[in-house]
Amino acid sequence: MASYSTNEFRGGLKIMLDGDPYAIIENEFVKPGKGQAFNRVKVRNLLTARVVERTFKSGESVEGADVVDTEMQYLYNDGEHWHFMDVGTYEQLAADKKVVGDAAKWLKEEDMCELTLWNGAPILVVPPNFVELRITETDPGLRGDTAQGGTKPATLDTGAVVKVPLFIEQGEVIRVDTRSGEYVSRVKE
Amino acid sequence: MQDWRPCASNAALRVRASLFADIRAFFAAREILEVDTPHLSAAGNTDPSLANFRLSSGGRDYFLATSPEFAMKRLLAAGAGDIYQLAHVFREAELGVHHNPEFMLLEWYRTGFELDELMNETVELVGSVGDGRLRVCPVELVEYRELFRRSLGIDPIEASLGELRKRAHSLGGAVPVLADERDLWLDWLMGAHVQPGMAPKTLTLVNRYPASQAALAQLHEDGITAQRFELFYGSLELANGYRELTDETEQRARFAAELAVRRARGLAEPPPDERFLAALPQLPPCCGVAVGVDRLAMLLLGAQRLEDVLSFAGHNA
Repeated sequence: MASYSTNEFRGGLKIMLDGDPYAIIENEFVKPGKGQAFNRVKVRNLLTARVVERTFKSGESVEGADVVDTEMQYLYNDGEHWHFMDVGTYEQLAADKKVVGDAAKWLKEEDMCELTLWNGAPILVVPPNFVELRITETDPGLRGDTAQGGTKPATLDTGAVVKVPLFIEQGEVIRVDTRSGEYVSRVKE
Repeated sequence: MQDWRPCASNAALRVRASLFADIRAFFAAREILEVDTPHLSAAGNTDPSLANFRLSSGGRDYFLATSPEFAMKRLLAAGAGDIYQLAHVFREAELGVHHNPEFMLLEWYRTGFELDELMNETVELVGSVGDGRLRVCPVELVEYRELFRRSLGIDPIEASLGELRKRAHSLGGAVPVLADERDLWLDWLMGAHVQPGMAPKTLTLVNRYPASQAALAQLHEDGITAQRFELFYGSLELANGYRELTDETEQRARFAAELAVRRARGLAEPPPDERFLAALPQLPPCCGVAVGVDRLAMLLLGAQRLEDVLSFAGHNA
Protein backbone atom coordinates (compact mmCIF):
# COMPACT_ATOMS: atom_id res chain seq x y z
CA MET A 1 0.00 0.00 0.00
CA ALA A 2 1.22 3.50 -0.83
CA SER A 3 2.17 5.92 1.90
CA TYR A 4 0.88 9.46 2.10
CA SER A 5 2.77 12.62 3.03
CA THR A 6 0.99 15.10 5.29
CA ASN A 7 0.57 17.43 2.31
CA GLU A 8 -1.71 14.81 0.73
CA PHE A 9 -3.92 14.68 3.84
CA ARG A 10 -7.55 15.52 3.16
CA GLY A 11 -10.95 14.53 4.44
CA GLY A 12 -11.80 10.91 3.59
CA LEU A 13 -8.21 9.69 3.14
CA LYS A 14 -7.73 6.23 4.71
CA ILE A 15 -4.52 5.72 6.70
CA MET A 16 -3.02 3.16 9.08
CA LEU A 17 -2.30 4.21 12.67
CA ASP A 18 -1.11 1.77 15.35
CA GLY A 19 -2.22 -1.15 13.19
CA ASP A 20 -5.82 0.02 12.71
CA PRO A 21 -7.39 1.63 9.61
CA TYR A 22 -8.55 5.23 10.09
CA ALA A 23 -10.33 7.80 7.93
CA ILE A 24 -9.24 11.45 8.10
CA ILE A 25 -12.14 13.71 9.04
CA GLU A 26 -10.39 17.05 9.39
CA ASN A 27 -6.88 18.29 8.67
CA GLU A 28 -5.54 21.48 10.26
CA PHE A 29 -2.20 23.06 9.38
CA VAL A 30 -0.38 24.59 12.37
CA LYS A 31 2.72 26.68 11.77
CA PRO A 32 4.51 29.04 14.14
CA GLY A 33 5.75 31.80 11.85
CA LYS A 34 8.96 30.58 10.28
CA GLY A 35 9.26 27.37 12.33
CA GLN A 36 8.39 23.73 11.90
CA ALA A 37 4.89 23.11 10.56
CA PHE A 38 2.50 20.50 11.93
CA ASN A 39 -0.65 18.79 10.70
CA ARG A 40 -3.25 18.25 13.38
CA VAL A 41 -5.84 15.75 12.17
CA LYS A 42 -9.09 14.32 13.46
CA VAL A 43 -9.37 10.68 12.47
CA ARG A 44 -12.06 8.03 12.85
CA ASN A 45 -11.06 4.48 13.69
CA LEU A 46 -12.88 2.43 11.06
CA LEU A 47 -13.12 -0.61 13.36
CA THR A 48 -14.43 1.12 16.49
CA ALA A 49 -15.86 4.38 14.99
CA ARG A 50 -14.02 6.27 17.75
CA VAL A 51 -12.76 9.72 16.77
CA VAL A 52 -9.31 10.77 18.00
CA GLU A 53 -6.88 13.62 17.33
CA ARG A 54 -3.32 13.10 16.13
CA THR A 55 -0.55 15.52 15.23
CA PHE A 56 2.23 14.99 12.70
CA LYS A 57 5.27 16.98 11.72
CA SER A 58 4.50 18.32 8.25
CA GLY A 59 6.32 16.26 5.64
CA GLU A 60 6.03 13.03 7.64
CA SER A 61 4.59 10.04 5.81
CA VAL A 62 1.91 7.64 6.97
CA GLU A 63 1.06 4.26 5.49
CA GLY A 64 -2.19 4.22 3.54
CA ALA A 65 -4.94 1.78 4.52
CA ASP A 66 -6.30 -0.60 1.86
CA VAL A 67 -9.90 0.37 2.51
CA VAL A 68 -12.57 0.44 -0.20
CA ASP A 69 -16.30 1.03 -0.16
CA THR A 70 -18.26 -1.28 -2.43
CA GLU A 71 -21.92 -2.02 -3.20
CA MET A 72 -22.95 -5.63 -2.59
CA GLN A 73 -26.21 -7.56 -2.54
CA TYR A 74 -27.33 -9.14 0.73
CA LEU A 75 -28.07 -12.85 0.14
CA TYR A 76 -28.90 -14.64 3.39
CA ASN A 77 -28.01 -15.26 7.00
CA ASP A 78 -26.85 -18.75 8.03
CA GLY A 79 -27.34 -18.16 11.73
CA GLU A 80 -23.76 -17.00 12.25
CA HIS A 81 -22.76 -15.02 9.16
CA TRP A 82 -24.44 -12.61 6.79
CA HIS A 83 -23.55 -13.36 3.17
CA PHE A 84 -23.14 -10.71 0.47
CA MET A 85 -22.45 -10.90 -3.26
CA ASP A 86 -20.77 -8.61 -5.76
CA VAL A 87 -23.41 -8.57 -8.52
CA GLY A 88 -20.71 -7.93 -11.14
CA THR A 89 -18.30 -10.73 -10.32
CA TYR A 90 -20.61 -13.02 -8.28
CA GLU A 91 -17.86 -13.05 -5.65
CA GLN A 92 -19.28 -13.68 -2.17
CA LEU A 93 -18.24 -12.41 1.25
CA ALA A 94 -19.38 -13.28 4.76
CA ALA A 95 -19.60 -10.80 7.63
CA ASP A 96 -20.08 -11.71 11.29
CA LYS A 97 -22.19 -10.10 14.03
CA LYS A 98 -19.37 -7.78 15.10
CA VAL A 99 -19.18 -6.27 11.61
CA VAL A 100 -22.89 -6.19 10.77
CA GLY A 101 -23.92 -4.85 14.18
CA ASP A 102 -27.17 -2.85 14.25
CA ALA A 103 -27.46 -3.01 10.46
CA ALA A 104 -28.70 -6.61 10.88
CA LYS A 105 -32.22 -5.51 11.69
CA TRP A 106 -32.59 -3.73 8.33
CA LEU A 107 -31.13 -6.41 6.07
CA LYS A 108 -33.63 -7.86 3.63
CA GLU A 109 -32.62 -10.49 1.13
CA GLU A 110 -31.64 -9.08 -2.31
CA ASP A 111 -31.25 -5.49 -1.00
CA MET A 112 -28.10 -3.62 -2.07
CA CYS A 113 -25.81 -2.60 0.85
CA GLU A 114 -22.65 -0.52 1.13
CA LEU A 115 -19.76 -2.61 2.49
CA THR A 116 -16.42 -1.22 3.65
CA LEU A 117 -13.61 -3.68 3.03
CA TRP A 118 -10.20 -3.55 4.70
CA ASN A 119 -7.59 -5.75 3.00
CA GLY A 120 -10.52 -7.42 1.24
CA ALA A 121 -12.44 -8.29 4.43
CA PRO A 122 -15.65 -6.52 5.49
CA ILE A 123 -15.38 -4.13 8.47
CA LEU A 124 -18.63 -2.21 8.06
CA VAL A 125 -22.06 -2.88 6.55
CA VAL A 126 -24.39 0.04 5.80
CA PRO A 127 -27.97 -0.89 4.83
CA PRO A 128 -29.83 1.03 2.10
CA ASN A 129 -31.15 4.42 3.33
CA PHE A 130 -34.72 3.16 2.76
CA VAL A 131 -36.00 -0.40 3.13
CA GLU A 132 -39.45 -1.89 2.60
CA LEU A 133 -40.40 -4.43 5.27
CA ARG A 134 -43.54 -6.33 6.24
CA ILE A 135 -45.19 -5.91 9.63
CA THR A 136 -45.39 -9.26 11.41
CA GLU A 137 -46.93 -8.00 14.61
CA THR A 138 -48.76 -4.89 15.79
CA ASP A 139 -51.94 -4.00 17.69
CA PRO A 140 -55.15 -3.86 15.61
CA GLY A 141 -55.57 -0.69 13.59
CA LEU A 142 -57.88 2.10 14.69
CA ARG A 143 -60.07 2.93 11.73
CA GLY A 144 -60.65 6.59 11.00
CA ASP A 145 -57.81 7.67 13.28
CA THR A 146 -55.54 8.89 10.45
CA ALA A 147 -55.56 12.52 11.61
CA GLN A 148 -54.67 11.97 15.25
CA GLY A 149 -50.97 11.40 14.75
CA GLY A 150 -50.71 8.76 17.47
CA THR A 151 -48.22 5.87 17.10
CA LYS A 152 -47.82 2.27 18.20
CA PRO A 153 -44.91 -0.17 18.02
CA ALA A 154 -44.76 -2.61 15.10
CA THR A 155 -42.42 -5.59 14.70
CA LEU A 156 -41.07 -6.10 11.18
CA ASP A 157 -40.10 -9.33 9.44
CA THR A 158 -36.39 -8.65 10.12
CA GLY A 159 -37.08 -8.33 13.85
CA ALA A 160 -36.77 -4.53 13.91
CA VAL A 161 -39.35 -2.61 15.93
CA VAL A 162 -40.50 0.79 14.63
CA LYS A 163 -43.21 3.24 15.60
CA VAL A 164 -46.03 3.34 13.05
CA PRO A 165 -49.26 5.40 12.79
CA LEU A 166 -52.29 3.83 14.49
CA PHE A 167 -54.09 3.05 11.20
CA ILE A 168 -51.36 0.66 9.97
CA GLU A 169 -52.36 -3.01 10.02
CA GLN A 170 -50.45 -6.21 10.64
CA GLY A 171 -49.31 -7.77 7.35
CA GLU A 172 -48.82 -4.44 5.59
CA VAL A 173 -45.49 -3.44 3.99
CA ILE A 174 -43.97 -0.12 5.10
CA ARG A 175 -41.05 2.03 4.04
CA VAL A 176 -38.51 2.83 6.80
CA ASP A 177 -35.57 5.27 6.88
CA THR A 178 -32.72 3.13 8.27
CA ARG A 179 -30.64 6.18 9.30
CA SER A 180 -33.27 7.38 11.78
CA GLY A 181 -35.19 4.11 12.20
CA GLU A 182 -38.41 6.00 11.44
CA TYR A 183 -41.53 5.01 9.51
CA VAL A 184 -41.82 6.88 6.20
CA SER A 185 -44.90 5.56 4.42
CA ARG A 186 -47.16 2.66 3.63
CA VAL A 187 -46.23 0.66 0.52
CA LYS A 188 -49.10 -0.35 -1.74
CA GLU A 189 -48.71 -3.91 -2.99
CA MET B 1 -17.44 19.55 -14.42
CA GLN B 2 -14.11 21.32 -13.92
CA ASP B 3 -13.94 23.77 -11.05
CA TRP B 4 -12.91 26.82 -13.11
CA ARG B 5 -14.38 29.61 -11.03
CA PRO B 6 -12.09 31.90 -9.00
CA CYS B 7 -11.84 31.58 -5.22
CA ALA B 8 -11.85 35.35 -4.73
CA SER B 9 -15.01 37.42 -5.19
CA ASN B 10 -14.89 40.57 -7.30
CA ALA B 11 -14.94 42.54 -4.04
CA ALA B 12 -11.84 40.64 -2.90
CA LEU B 13 -10.08 41.38 -6.20
CA ARG B 14 -10.78 45.09 -5.68
CA VAL B 15 -9.43 44.92 -2.10
CA ARG B 16 -6.24 43.31 -3.44
CA ALA B 17 -5.83 45.92 -6.17
CA SER B 18 -6.24 48.85 -3.79
CA LEU B 19 -3.89 47.13 -1.30
CA PHE B 20 -1.19 46.98 -3.99
CA ALA B 21 -1.78 50.67 -4.76
CA ASP B 22 -1.58 51.59 -1.05
CA ILE B 23 1.66 49.65 -0.64
CA ARG B 24 3.24 51.31 -3.68
CA ALA B 25 2.13 54.74 -2.44
CA PHE B 26 3.67 54.03 0.99
CA PHE B 27 7.07 53.28 -0.54
CA ALA B 28 6.90 55.99 -3.20
CA ALA B 29 6.38 58.54 -0.40
CA ARG B 30 9.57 57.23 1.25
CA GLU B 31 11.49 57.15 -2.03
CA ILE B 32 12.14 53.42 -1.74
CA LEU B 33 12.83 51.69 -5.03
CA GLU B 34 10.58 48.91 -6.31
CA VAL B 35 12.53 45.94 -7.68
CA ASP B 36 11.68 42.54 -9.05
CA THR B 37 13.97 39.53 -8.83
CA PRO B 38 13.69 36.09 -10.47
CA HIS B 39 11.44 33.36 -9.13
CA LEU B 40 13.89 30.73 -10.41
CA SER B 41 17.31 30.30 -8.87
CA ALA B 42 20.07 27.69 -9.04
CA ALA B 43 20.21 27.83 -5.23
CA GLY B 44 17.59 26.71 -2.74
CA ASN B 45 16.74 27.63 0.82
CA THR B 46 18.47 25.44 3.43
CA ASP B 47 16.06 26.41 6.27
CA PRO B 48 14.86 23.00 7.54
CA SER B 49 11.34 24.28 8.15
CA LEU B 50 10.90 25.38 4.51
CA ALA B 51 10.41 22.98 1.61
CA ASN B 52 11.66 24.06 -1.83
CA PHE B 53 9.92 23.38 -5.13
CA ARG B 54 12.58 21.94 -7.41
CA LEU B 55 12.50 22.03 -11.22
CA SER B 56 14.77 20.62 -13.89
CA SER B 57 15.51 22.04 -17.32
CA GLY B 58 18.33 21.49 -19.79
CA GLY B 59 20.17 19.26 -17.34
CA ARG B 60 20.16 21.96 -14.65
CA ASP B 61 18.23 22.15 -11.40
CA TYR B 62 16.33 25.24 -10.37
CA PHE B 63 14.48 26.18 -7.21
CA LEU B 64 11.42 28.39 -6.94
CA ALA B 65 12.19 31.18 -4.47
CA THR B 66 10.77 30.68 -0.96
CA SER B 67 11.37 34.42 -0.51
CA PRO B 68 13.18 37.10 -2.56
CA GLU B 69 15.68 37.62 0.29
CA PHE B 70 18.93 36.34 -1.24
CA ALA B 71 18.45 38.15 -4.54
CA MET B 72 17.42 41.42 -2.86
CA LYS B 73 20.46 41.31 -0.60
CA ARG B 74 22.66 40.94 -3.68
CA LEU B 75 21.06 44.12 -5.05
CA LEU B 76 21.71 45.84 -1.71
CA ALA B 77 25.33 44.65 -1.75
CA ALA B 78 25.67 46.17 -5.23
CA GLY B 79 24.52 49.55 -3.88
CA ALA B 80 20.83 49.64 -4.88
CA GLY B 81 19.91 51.47 -1.67
CA ASP B 82 16.57 50.95 0.09
CA ILE B 83 14.39 48.59 -1.96
CA TYR B 84 11.06 46.80 -1.81
CA GLN B 85 9.38 44.05 -3.77
CA LEU B 86 5.95 42.48 -4.15
CA ALA B 87 6.85 38.88 -4.98
CA HIS B 88 5.03 35.62 -5.45
CA VAL B 89 6.92 33.00 -3.43
CA PHE B 90 6.65 29.23 -3.25
CA ARG B 91 6.78 26.88 -0.28
CA GLU B 92 5.98 23.26 -0.85
CA ALA B 93 3.51 21.49 1.43
CA GLU B 94 2.25 24.66 3.14
CA LEU B 95 -1.48 24.29 2.76
CA GLY B 96 -4.10 25.32 5.27
CA VAL B 97 -6.69 27.92 6.16
CA HIS B 98 -3.94 30.58 6.32
CA HIS B 99 -1.40 28.94 4.01
CA ASN B 100 -1.09 28.35 0.29
CA PRO B 101 1.98 26.87 -1.46
CA GLU B 102 2.17 30.00 -3.63
CA PHE B 103 1.58 33.32 -1.93
CA MET B 104 2.60 36.98 -2.07
CA LEU B 105 5.26 38.57 0.09
CA LEU B 106 6.01 42.26 0.45
CA GLU B 107 9.66 42.42 1.38
CA TRP B 108 11.68 45.57 2.01
CA TYR B 109 15.12 46.60 3.25
CA ARG B 110 16.24 49.73 5.06
CA THR B 111 19.93 50.56 5.12
CA GLY B 112 21.14 52.22 8.30
CA PHE B 113 17.93 51.32 10.19
CA GLU B 114 17.98 49.75 13.63
CA LEU B 115 15.49 46.93 14.17
CA ASP B 116 13.12 48.99 16.33
CA GLU B 117 12.89 51.59 13.55
CA LEU B 118 11.87 48.85 11.12
CA MET B 119 9.36 47.43 13.62
CA ASN B 120 7.76 50.89 13.78
CA GLU B 121 7.76 51.21 10.01
CA THR B 122 6.13 47.77 9.65
CA VAL B 123 3.30 48.81 11.97
CA GLU B 124 3.00 52.07 9.97
CA LEU B 125 2.76 50.12 6.70
CA VAL B 126 0.04 47.87 8.10
CA GLY B 127 -1.78 50.95 9.41
CA SER B 128 -1.52 52.83 6.11
CA VAL B 129 -3.34 50.33 3.90
CA GLY B 130 -7.10 50.03 3.33
CA ASP B 131 -8.02 53.54 4.54
CA GLY B 132 -6.03 53.02 7.74
CA ARG B 133 -8.40 50.38 9.04
CA LEU B 134 -5.71 48.68 11.14
CA ARG B 135 -4.23 51.93 12.43
CA VAL B 136 -6.68 52.00 15.33
CA CYS B 137 -5.56 48.60 16.68
CA PRO B 138 -3.72 48.50 19.98
CA VAL B 139 -0.03 47.66 19.46
CA GLU B 140 1.85 45.53 21.98
CA LEU B 141 5.55 44.76 22.12
CA VAL B 142 6.71 41.64 23.92
CA GLU B 143 9.91 39.63 23.98
CA TYR B 144 9.65 35.99 22.88
CA ARG B 145 10.87 34.90 26.31
CA GLU B 146 8.30 36.99 28.19
CA LEU B 147 5.53 35.81 25.85
CA PHE B 148 6.24 32.17 26.74
CA ARG B 149 6.54 32.94 30.44
CA ARG B 150 3.25 34.81 30.39
CA SER B 151 1.26 32.33 28.36
CA LEU B 152 2.76 28.98 29.40
CA GLY B 153 4.72 29.78 32.58
CA ILE B 154 7.89 28.40 31.05
CA ASP B 155 11.24 30.00 30.10
CA PRO B 156 11.83 29.09 26.44
CA ILE B 157 15.54 29.85 26.69
CA GLU B 158 16.45 28.19 30.00
CA ALA B 159 14.01 25.26 30.02
CA SER B 160 15.51 21.85 29.30
CA LEU B 161 14.26 19.64 26.49
CA GLY B 162 12.56 17.44 29.10
CA GLU B 163 10.76 20.40 30.64
CA LEU B 164 9.51 21.59 27.23
CA ARG B 165 8.28 18.09 26.42
CA LYS B 166 6.56 17.78 29.80
CA ARG B 167 4.86 21.18 29.42
CA ALA B 168 3.65 20.24 25.92
CA HIS B 169 2.07 17.04 27.24
CA SER B 170 0.55 18.78 30.25
CA LEU B 171 -1.34 21.11 27.89
CA GLY B 172 -3.28 18.18 26.43
CA GLY B 173 -4.45 17.66 22.87
CA ALA B 174 -2.63 15.43 20.43
CA VAL B 175 1.09 16.08 20.95
CA PRO B 176 3.27 15.16 17.97
CA VAL B 177 6.10 12.64 18.31
CA LEU B 178 9.18 14.83 18.03
CA ALA B 179 12.91 14.18 18.01
CA ASP B 180 15.17 15.55 20.73
CA GLU B 181 15.38 19.03 19.24
CA ARG B 182 14.49 21.91 21.55
CA ASP B 183 13.40 24.10 18.66
CA LEU B 184 10.89 21.54 17.41
CA TRP B 185 9.26 21.57 20.85
CA LEU B 186 9.36 25.38 20.99
CA ASP B 187 7.76 25.50 17.52
CA TRP B 188 5.00 23.14 18.64
CA LEU B 189 4.33 25.14 21.81
CA MET B 190 4.37 28.40 19.85
CA GLY B 191 2.12 27.24 17.01
CA ALA B 192 -0.36 25.18 19.01
CA HIS B 193 -0.59 27.09 22.29
CA VAL B 194 1.14 30.51 22.46
CA GLN B 195 -0.01 31.91 19.11
CA PRO B 196 -3.71 30.93 19.49
CA GLY B 197 -3.73 32.69 22.86
CA MET B 198 -2.51 36.05 21.57
CA ALA B 199 -4.65 39.13 22.23
CA PRO B 200 -7.40 39.36 19.59
CA LYS B 201 -7.70 42.43 17.33
CA THR B 202 -4.28 43.56 18.55
CA LEU B 203 -1.03 44.01 16.67
CA THR B 204 1.53 42.10 18.71
CA LEU B 205 5.22 42.61 17.97
CA VAL B 206 7.31 39.72 19.28
CA ASN B 207 11.05 40.33 19.32
CA ARG B 208 14.29 38.79 20.64
CA TYR B 209 13.71 35.28 19.30
CA PRO B 210 16.07 32.60 20.70
CA ALA B 211 19.51 32.54 19.04
CA SER B 212 18.69 29.04 17.77
CA GLN B 213 15.89 30.62 15.69
CA ALA B 214 17.95 33.55 14.41
CA ALA B 215 17.67 32.41 10.77
CA LEU B 216 19.37 35.28 8.89
CA ALA B 217 19.38 37.76 11.78
CA GLN B 218 22.28 39.08 13.85
CA LEU B 219 22.42 38.05 17.48
CA HIS B 220 22.09 40.49 20.34
CA GLU B 221 25.17 41.07 22.50
CA ASP B 222 23.78 38.63 25.10
CA GLY B 223 24.49 35.86 22.58
CA ILE B 224 21.26 34.04 23.46
CA THR B 225 18.68 36.12 21.58
CA ALA B 226 18.45 37.24 17.95
CA GLN B 227 17.63 40.63 16.43
CA ARG B 228 14.52 39.14 14.88
CA PHE B 229 10.87 40.13 15.26
CA GLU B 230 7.50 38.93 14.11
CA LEU B 231 4.25 40.87 13.85
CA PHE B 232 0.90 39.24 14.57
CA TYR B 233 -2.66 40.47 14.20
CA GLY B 234 -4.48 38.46 16.84
CA SER B 235 -2.98 35.01 16.36
CA LEU B 236 -2.32 35.51 12.64
CA GLU B 237 1.34 35.96 11.72
CA LEU B 238 1.78 38.93 9.39
CA ALA B 239 5.49 39.74 9.22
CA ASN B 240 8.98 38.53 10.03
CA GLY B 241 11.97 40.89 10.19
CA TYR B 242 15.69 40.89 10.94
CA ARG B 243 18.65 43.01 11.64
CA GLU B 244 20.44 41.35 8.76
CA LEU B 245 23.49 39.22 9.29
CA THR B 246 26.40 40.54 7.18
CA ASP B 247 29.12 38.14 8.37
CA GLU B 248 29.86 35.67 5.57
CA THR B 249 31.68 33.18 7.84
CA GLU B 250 28.81 33.11 10.33
CA GLN B 251 26.22 32.81 7.53
CA ARG B 252 28.15 29.93 5.94
CA ALA B 253 28.26 28.15 9.33
CA ARG B 254 24.48 28.62 9.75
CA PHE B 255 23.79 27.15 6.30
CA ALA B 256 26.02 24.16 7.18
CA ALA B 257 24.19 23.71 10.50
CA GLU B 258 20.80 23.85 8.69
CA LEU B 259 21.94 21.26 6.18
CA ALA B 260 23.08 19.02 9.09
CA VAL B 261 19.58 19.30 10.62
CA ARG B 262 18.07 18.49 7.21
CA ARG B 263 20.28 15.41 6.94
CA ALA B 264 19.34 14.28 10.46
CA ARG B 265 15.63 14.69 9.62
CA GLY B 266 16.02 12.90 6.29
CA LEU B 267 15.08 16.02 4.27
CA ALA B 268 16.38 17.14 0.86
CA GLU B 269 19.65 19.07 0.98
CA PRO B 270 19.47 21.95 -1.50
CA PRO B 271 22.72 23.71 -2.42
CA PRO B 272 23.22 26.92 -0.40
CA ASP B 273 23.30 30.17 -2.37
CA GLU B 274 27.03 30.74 -3.03
CA ARG B 275 26.39 33.99 -4.93
CA PHE B 276 24.50 35.35 -1.93
CA LEU B 277 27.38 34.30 0.37
CA ALA B 278 29.89 35.98 -1.96
CA ALA B 279 27.89 39.22 -1.84
CA LEU B 280 27.51 39.30 1.97
CA PRO B 281 30.75 41.16 2.79
CA GLN B 282 29.44 44.05 0.65
CA LEU B 283 25.98 44.08 2.28
CA PRO B 284 25.53 47.44 4.02
CA PRO B 285 24.24 47.43 7.62
CA CYS B 286 20.49 47.04 7.17
CA CYS B 287 17.22 45.65 8.44
CA GLY B 288 14.65 43.82 6.34
CA VAL B 289 11.12 42.52 6.77
CA ALA B 290 8.64 40.39 4.83
CA VAL B 291 4.87 40.84 5.13
CA GLY B 292 2.22 38.36 3.97
CA VAL B 293 0.20 40.41 1.49
CA ASP B 294 -2.65 37.89 1.10
CA ARG B 295 -3.16 37.85 4.86
CA LEU B 296 -3.32 41.66 4.90
CA ALA B 297 -5.97 41.45 2.18
CA MET B 298 -7.84 38.92 4.33
CA LEU B 299 -7.88 41.35 7.27
CA LEU B 300 -9.04 44.24 5.09
CA LEU B 301 -11.84 42.14 3.63
CA GLY B 302 -12.78 40.52 6.93
CA ALA B 303 -12.24 37.10 5.30
CA GLN B 304 -11.62 33.98 7.38
CA ARG B 305 -9.65 31.98 4.82
CA LEU B 306 -6.65 32.85 2.70
CA GLU B 307 -8.29 31.36 -0.40
CA ASP B 308 -11.06 33.97 -0.15
CA VAL B 309 -8.53 36.57 -1.34
CA LEU B 310 -6.64 34.42 -3.87
CA SER B 311 -7.81 34.48 -7.49
CA PHE B 312 -7.07 30.77 -7.60
CA ALA B 313 -5.84 28.80 -4.59
CA GLY B 314 -3.66 25.68 -4.58
CA HIS B 315 -6.60 23.35 -5.12
CA ASN B 316 -7.86 25.00 -8.30
CA ALA B 317 -4.83 26.92 -9.63
